[in-house]
Amino acid sequence: MLQDKYKDEISDILSRYPVKRSALLPLLYIAQRDQGYVSEESMKEIARLLHLTPPQVYETITFYTMFNLKPVGTFHIQVCKSLMCALVGSDTVIEWIKTKLGIGPGGTTADGLFTLSTVECLAACGTGPMMQINDDYYERLTEEKVDRILAELRATGTSQLKSGPFMWPEPARKS
Amino acid sequence: MATYELILLKNMMQPGYTGSLADYEKTGGYQALRKTLGKIAPPDVTATVRKSGLRGRGGAGFPTGVKWGFLPKDYHGPRYLCCNADESEPGTFKDRQLMERDAHQVLEGIVLACYAISAESAYIYIRGEMVLGSRILERAIGEARDAGYIGTNILGTGVTVDVWVHRGAGAYICGEETALIESLEGKRGLPRVKPPFPATHGLYNKPTVVNNVETLANLPHIINRGAEWFAAIGSPPKSTGTRVFCVSGHVKRPGNYELPMGVTVRELVYEHAGGMRSDKPIKAFIPGGASAPFLTPNHLDVKLDFESVAAAGSMLGSGGVTVMEEGTSMVWAALRLMEFFYHESCGKCSPCREGSSWLVQTMRRIIAKRGRMQDLETLSDLCKNIAGRTVCAFGDAEVAPIMSTLQHWRQEYVSLIREAEAANLIRPEPVGKG
Repeated sequence: MLQDKYKDEISDILSRYPVKRSALLPLLYIAQRDQGYVSEESMKEIARLLHLTPPQVYETITFYTMFNLKPVGTFHIQVCKSLMCALVGSDTVIEWIKTKLGIGPGGTTADGLFTLSTVECLAACGTGPMMQINDDYYERLTEEKVDRILAELRATGTSQLKSGPFMWPEPARKS
Repeated sequence: MATYELILLKNMMQPGYTGSLADYEKTGGYQALRKTLGKIAPPDVTATVRKSGLRGRGGAGFPTGVKWGFLPKDYHGPRYLCCNADESEPGTFKDRQLMERDAHQVLEGIVLACYAISAESAYIYIRGEMVLGSRILERAIGEARDAGYIGTNILGTGVTVDVWVHRGAGAYICGEETALIESLEGKRGLPRVKPPFPATHGLYNKPTVVNNVETLANLPHIINRGAEWFAAIGSPPKSTGTRVFCVSGHVKRPGNYELPMGVTVRELVYEHAGGMRSDKPIKAFIPGGASAPFLTPNHLDVKLDFESVAAAGSMLGSGGVTVMEEGTSMVWAALRLMEFFYHESCGKCSPCREGSSWLVQTMRRIIAKRGRMQDLETLSDLCKNIAGRTVCAFGDAEVAPIMSTLQHWRQEYVSLIREAEAANLIRPEPVGKG
């Protein structure tokens, strides 16, 4: 039960809004963090917590693309395919990842490590091609960089190449 | 190269600047707050902002002070400020930098806006993907709360402003202000029919102002240096201040460039963004995010201010400038953007929901060299029946790529169709929905 496990966090979230339903997206995020996706069980529990009906939760969750309704790989790779990234080579990056992992968009590798999705603009158009893996952005991708990211994720669960606080161009490059 | 004074990006450009509260205070941070709270009457703050000419940096360019002025004066219940940090317009990546590199500048703007409109609660609606940005904001809010800049009885003035971060969950439409409000209420992000406007019936049906991150970040500077100072920057009287232009596409140095409004695209691309990456000429550019119609090399000397870009047949929008070199297929580019809009249509209004699907299918057919000449008429017809016939501006936005490429590069569509005709593919197979 989410309520037992995240009691303080949930009550902190509820205290921020004068209307309970506003806490719906934040609570769905807690459920997804806990399980990697939002199960029907969690939706029912969240409905109870917010005095909603399960269909009200379901109609809302299905509007938003960031909630997984079924389990995904340990690392959820989401590559931007919108025009701005496409202009600087995102199609090549997508093909490269497909070949490397042997899966297409929507697929998960047999070991359950990687799920690949292609997504629309993630607001990193000046540093494309780019992708998001779980919570982190990876920008200015090249085939070599993708290889290194995948290898590091396999080996250590994280990668040095993830983006920090964003600034581009960096001050030194500005004349 | 012409150099201009940086306003919003100034702090973060200093070597070693971390965006911490201590760093921000060292640059004069929170002085505007000290100067204002309890010392200047809220209506006077609004008057100053109105006088500065500041217009919304999210896309629509509505005058900020005027927007604040729409709130009912005789209403004494709760009011809300929503900071629109749902930066999702393809081509735009400025708010991310403003939040992740100088969060306190945004927070000071939020508290000032709350004071001006007498709101005690502000929600920063940040796009769900920006996890790092939301963490940085949460940390900054914590610092500001501990220092007495946010919370109850701010700096002993009796003013209360609480600020929370609320993450979206991957829907472009939630950048539209009424959809943002619906989403913040825990519902599907469907835009509301206006009127009533958020100024009277916004979040929880209470008076609400929704302002973009960059708009709010300008406020401390306007308070500190005065409305006259701000109003003299850029292209007065209607486009004052700077814009953080986001340059993407085929340029040597893409990125964020803060310049006074009214610089030309030519200057932005060739002087600031380093020119074109393979020194090919420019074929096309979008001046203000994916919703802004494409422009041609004939428009390179158009000034990047609200009026000039509108007069050229496009819009300044979010300040996202995407540049395409000679050799780029404009049908392909329009399709890519159309696929974005098709994916993001919220589904509320039939013309947009159904029309976006038909547009994508027709465009895919043309690209697949299975098009027919009458497809061009179908496209224009569809566009005309979507634009202006929807609850929100999404309908107008989604037809911009196709309408403008049809206008300027019709020949490219025609050639693809001629190829199809030559190959005698008269009966096109239906192209799947996707």
